[in-house]
Amino acid sequence: MNLNALWEYANPKKFIRTTERVLPWVSVLSVVALVVGLIWGFFFTPDDYRQGSTVKIIYLHVPAALMAINTWLMMLITSLIWIVRRHHVSALAARAAAPVGAVMTVIALATGAIWGQPMWGTWWAWDPRLTSFLILFLFYLGYMALWEAIENDDTAADLTSVLCLVGSVFALLSRYAVNFWNQGLHQGASLSLDKEENVADVFYWPLLVCIAGFVLLFIALVLLRTRTEIRARRMRALLARERMR
Amino acid sequence: MIALLTRDLRLAVRAGGGFGLGLAFFLIVVVLVPFGVGPETALLGTIAPGILWLGALLACLLSLDRIFALDWEDGSLDLLATAPLPMEAVVSVKALAHWLTTGLPLVLATPLFALLLSLPGAGYGPLVLSLLLGTPALSVIGTFGAALTVGIKRGGLLLSLLVLPLYVPTLIFGAEMARRGAEGLDTTTPLLMLAGISCGTIALLPFASAAVLRVNLR
Repeated sequence: MNLNALWEYANPKKFIRTTERVLPWVSVLSVVALVVGLIWGFFFTPDDYRQGSTVKIIYLHVPAALMAINTWLMMLITSLIWIVRRHHVSALAARAAAPVGAVMTVIALATGAIWGQPMWGTWWAWDPRLTSFLILFLFYLGYMALWEAIENDDTAADLTSVLCLVGSVFALLSRYAVNFWNQGLHQGASLSLDKEENVADVFYWPLLVCIAGFVLLFIALVLLRTRTEIRARRMRALLARERMR
Repeated sequence: MIALLTRDLRLAVRAGGGFGLGLAFFLIVVVLVPFGVGPETALLGTIAPGILWLGALLACLLSLDRIFALDWEDGSLDLLATAPLPMEAVVSVKALAHWLTTGLPLVLATPLFALLLSLPGAGYGPLVLSLLLGTPALSVIGTFGAALTVGIKRGGLLLSLLVLPLYVPTLIFGAEMARRGAEGLDTTTPLLMLAGISCGTIALLPFASAAVLRVNLR
């Protein structure tokens, strides 16, 4: 399969047809992975010797945080595709992903706060990671608000794409600025390609299953929302044509 | 370009309501803060750099929607778009005019307002320097936000929602520099970072603003 075949799915009709078949599988798989991962994580892993049972929030917190950042990355890529190749599905996918990403950010912040209350003794600290997540949330809000505010679809797609590009640069800048501004409480990465830094093995595998579940859930939601956007736009076009008669 | 700059400056000074407004807003913020946190000199001195930076930032924000809104309404923006001047230059001049009418007066007035908030004596130099370096970045970033929202009716609130997150890095380094200055610490690192942010935004962001403005004028 060569890479050019990928662009076929930029055709809305083809996209709808293919996702029609893919969507049920992705949805079922994501539910299975989430159920297995969460039950495994919550009931069949030991308590941490320092954190007790609160460690188990990791199965929600880490995947949500991961997806919160990767959603923005995906929006950045689809925005670039829209700017360069002007495929409408791409712009609509970016639009569809934004609320999902915002919710993931909120989940990460909320679970972090719930964990932080017994462990750090506070719901909120102006720690670099926490702060940059809050800033990321603000970026999501601005992005979604801009989509809502503009009536013309193409104009909205163009403007939000540029906002996404510029916002990415500033979000990254904020991330490091915040690091400079305050030293953190937050522990290091729970997962990395470097094996040394990973969490202990008992927590590692259920965590991976949960992450897979969140990724699949994200894909299912974005596909579903993109399909809805495509259909809503088609309906608007049809209605407009009716009125012309 | 110079003609456009002088036109914008003249409009800002003579059209009323624009020029002094940011400064007056800044003054009000500074006056309100002691009512909010109490009049103790020590406390005010500690928070003065942050308050002054926040006040300057908000005063900048307040005047952003005027950058393009009037030209958009009376159609002179369309004329500028068809003029031989590249859009990037138009945007840069607009940002410069905004800085000259809003940023610069704020910087000049800051020592006086710092007096009201009893800033420690060592803090004046770094504070003014940080604002002098940081406010151009605020104007350029704000111009980008204004270009994004120019076609939207009642876009003022949206403009602040879009622009304020973009202001975060500038505010962090600017306020950090002012704070370190007030405490008599070394300010080199935030100074360099702030200068870097300003140079970077001034060099790159006009291209994004121009692209966005072209989309809006389409």
